[in-house]
Amino acid sequence: MFIENVLFLLFSILSIVFSFFVILCKNPVHSILSLIFVFFNTAALLIFLGAEFLAMLFVIVYVGAVAVLFLFVIMMLNIKESNLILSLYNYIPVFTLLITIFVYEVYTVYSSNLMPLYMFTANSLKDHDILVIDFIIINFLDCVINYATNIYVIGNILYTEFFLMFFISGIILLVAMIGSITLTLHKRNDVKRQFVFKQIERNFNNTIIWRS
Amino acid sequence: MLYIILFILLKSLALIIPLLISVAYLTLLERKVMAAMHQRKGPNVVGFFGLLQPFADGLKLLIKETIFPDSANTLIFILAPILTFLISLVVWAVIPFDKDYVFADINLGVLYVLAISSLGVYGIITSGWSSNSKWSFLGALRSAAQMISYEVSIGVIILCVLLCSNSLNLSDIVYAQRKIWFIVPLFPLFLMFFISGLAETNRAPFDLPEAEAELVSGYSTEYSAMGFALFFLGEYANMILMSSMITIYFFGGWLCPINTYIFKIVPGFFWFGFKTTLILFVFVWVRAAFPRYRYDQLMRLGWKVFLPFSLGWLLFISGILVGFDFLI
Repeated sequence: MFIENVLFLLFSILSIVFSFFVILCKNPVHSILSLIFVFFNTAALLIFLGAEFLAMLFVIVYVGAVAVLFLFVIMMLNIKESNLILSLYNYIPVFTLLITIFVYEVYTVYSSNLMPLYMFTANSLKDHDILVIDFIIINFLDCVINYATNIYVIGNILYTEFFLMFFISGIILLVAMIGSITLTLHKRNDVKRQFVFKQIERNFNNTIIWRS
Repeated sequence: MLYIILFILLKSLALIIPLLISVAYLTLLERKVMAAMHQRKGPNVVGFFGLLQPFADGLKLLIKETIFPDSANTLIFILAPILTFLISLVVWAVIPFDKDYVFADINLGVLYVLAISSLGVYGIITSGWSSNSKWSFLGALRSAAQMISYEVSIGVIILCVLLCSNSLNLSDIVYAQRKIWFIVPLFPLFLMFFISGLAETNRAPFDLPEAEAELVSGYSTEYSAMGFALFFLGEYANMILMSSMITIYFFGGWLCPINTYIFKIVPGFFWFGFKTTLILFVFVWVRAAFPRYRYDQLMRLGWKVFLPFSLGWLLFISGILVGFDFLI
C-alpha cells in the first residue's frame, strides 16, 4: 500500500513536470517526446486506479497513433526555435482562461462527489458493491475500477446506456475523416498509373502478336 | 520485500537470456538456410559447423568504435536503439510458453502486446530524425508509415481471433483451441496475418526501410558498434515475437498436434518452440525467395487489399457467431 502510494505520487509528479517541459522545451521534437512521456505516466496512473483497459487504449491510441502523427508533422516542418518562445507570452490570457475553466470543472466534480479523489488502489475497491450506488456515473466509474469485469462492463454500458452518444461520436469522426480526405484529395491526370487488374488480365495470347 | 524483488529479477533474467541466445541463433539459421537455398556453404569456420559464428559477430560489434555523427542530436541518438531493444524485450512478459510458464498472466495480454509493439515505431523514427541524414530520415519515414498501416489490419485480424476465443488473455486463447486450431477455420486470416507480420517486422519482401540499393541501410545508416547491435537484436527479437504470436493465435500455442499419449509426453514448451521455429523458417524462406515490393504496391496491399478483406472477415465471423448462437 505504501509503495503503491509512493509510485502513484511519483507518476503524477512526473506527468506534471513533463507537461511543463512540453511547453518550455525549445526544440519542438523534444517537447513532443515529453508529451509522449506524459501520456505514459497517465496510462500508469490509470493502471494504478485499476482501469487497465483504459490504460492500454490510452497507450495504443494516443502514443501509438496520435503522437506518431504529431512527430511526423513536426519532424517535416523544420520550425525555427526562437519564434516560438517569443510568441508564447501572447497566449497568457488564453492560458489563464483555460486553466480557470479546468480548475472550476475539477472543483465541481469534486464537490458533487462524482469521483473520489483520495488515494486508493485497485485492491481496496475490489470488493466494492456496485449495486448500492444508484447514480449511473458513479456506477460506471466503479465498474471500470473493478478488477475482473473491466472490458465486459464498459462494453455492456457503452452499447446500451450510452449507445446514442457512442453512435454520434462515431459519426462525428467519420465526418471529420471524409472532410479531411475531400480537402486534400486532388486527382492528377499527368501521372502514369498502374492498374493491377489490367496487368493480371493480360496473357500471352493477346499481348504478343506473332507476325510472319 | 528484497526477496520478492530478487525473485522477479531472476525470473526476468531467465526469460531474457534464452531470448538473446535464440536471437543469436536465428541469425545463424538465416545465414545457413539462405546459403542452402543459394547452394553455398554459409558460415562454417567458427566452431563446429559454424555454431559459434553469432557470438563471434556479437563480440566483434562490442569491441568496435562507437561513432557519433557531428550534427546528430546526441541524446536522442543514444536513446533510440536502447528504446528499440527495450521494447522488444518488454513484450515477452505476457507470452505463455507452456501451461503456467508465463512471466505475467494478465487479463489484457493481447492489448498489452498491441500497445507495446505499437511503441516500436518510436525507436525507428527518433533514430532516423536524430542522425540528421537524408538516408536515415527517409528510411525512418518509410518504416513508420509501413508499420502503422499494417498494424491496422493486424488489429482487425486479432479481433476475429478474439471473437472466436472470447478472451483477451493469451493463455485462454490457447485453451480455446483445444478442439481445433484456429488455422483450420480461419486459414485466410492466417495468411493475411503472416504477410502483415512480414511487413510489420520490416522483413523481405517488405524491407523497404533498409533497401540497400536506395537508402544504404535506412534508419540505422549512421549507427555503428553497440547501437547497431541493439537495433539488430531488437529487430530479430521482434521477428521471434511475431512468429510466436502467430503460434499462439493460429497454431494452438503449446498444444500438441494430435491429442495422443505419444505427443503428450513431449513437454508443451517444446511444441511451442517447434512451431515458432517452423514459422521463423518460413520467414527466412520468404526472404530468399521473393523480390522486394515497390512502395506504392506495399501501401496498396495494406490499405486496399488487407484492410477491406479483414474487415469483411470480421463481419462474416461475427455474423456466424451470432447467427448460430455460438457466443457465450
